[in-house]
Amino acid sequence: MTTEPMPLFEVFIRSKRGLDHRHVGSLHAEDHQQALEYARDAYTRRGEGVSIWVVRSSDIVASQEGDSASFYDPQDDKPYRHATFYKLPDEVKL
Amino acid sequence: MDDRFAYALALGDDALVLGQRLAEWVSNAPTLEEELALANVALDHVGRARMFYGRAAEIANDGSDEDDLAFGRDCRAFTNLLINELPRGDFAFTMVRQFLVDAFNVPFLASLARSTDPAFAAIGEKAVKESTYHLRRSRDWMLRLGDGTSESHDRAQRAIDDLWGYTRELFEPFAAEVRLASAGVSIDRAAIEPQWRRTVDETFVEATLSTPTESWSMRGGRDGLHTEHLGYMLAEMQFLQRAYPGQQW
Repeated sequence: MTTEPMPLFEVFIRSKRGLDHRHVGSLHAEDHQQALEYARDAYTRRGEGVSIWVVRSSDIVASQEGDSASFYDPQDDKPYRHATFYKLPDEVKL
Repeated sequence: MDDRFAYALALGDDALVLGQRLAEWVSNAPTLEEELALANVALDHVGRARMFYGRAAEIANDGSDEDDLAFGRDCRAFTNLLINELPRGDFAFTMVRQFLVDAFNVPFLASLARSTDPAFAAIGEKAVKESTYHLRRSRDWMLRLGDGTSESHDRAQRAIDDLWGYTRELFEPFAAEVRLASAGVSIDRAAIEPQWRRTVDETFVEATLSTPTESWSMRGGRDGLHTEHLGYMLAEMQFLQRAYPGQQW
């Protein structure tokens, strides 16, 4: 009987060809192979995906909340970085 | 009894009984992820049973439907293989049983997809994809359990030893099946044994498990002669329809 929790994996699914993989959730598994199979069972049962990525959560390097002042604020007052002066056709808008 | 009806019924019973056994893991599985996976496999089997029963009801054409066949028959009227009805046991037992049955189902359903009966062929074609995934999962578990800790190895080996004698029945054609063979409706299940044996042997070697050498075997499911366990399982599974016939929700 194992009491040690299995490693956590993040699951990304691409729902249609041509779209990006999107984060859908996370799960515990013994290794990558099992994580992929569990992801298939947990997240793609209703035809949600055509491709699955799994990655160990511990392998993800994330920005820190405390860094937001130096990371993001300086960009807010540089409007010239935003391409707001073009007229975009409707088809191109997200 | 019409041979095609008997054939559809037996294959439906195989699927429903195993599906019910797998579903018993819901709320009991070792992890949430594994529980979802087991429930998925269980539902695949229940869905398969629905297709076979639907076909049987269509052939019977007496107003009965798939629910009548699943919930309205008693033990002796079920013609599933004994291996499918054995209690779920521990996790190793469930996965070893699943592996032994999946390894049979993949080649069996692939052949059924070539049946001259279009309804059976369609079921085979749909179900073989499911079983291919089931086998991938159960084979993976053989390696994890067999080549895991000494505890998991021992449990897997014990399950193999306990189940081995029930695998003979997988390859024994029953009367209706034999009669349907000449028209190409049914599949020669005896011919599947070499491929099954290859899958099992290769997997066991890789999983450091050994293939039993004893030759005892159990049979009787196709004749409605079951282990003492099936009655209890049906009592639970059929309770609602027995208490409130025709109830829907």
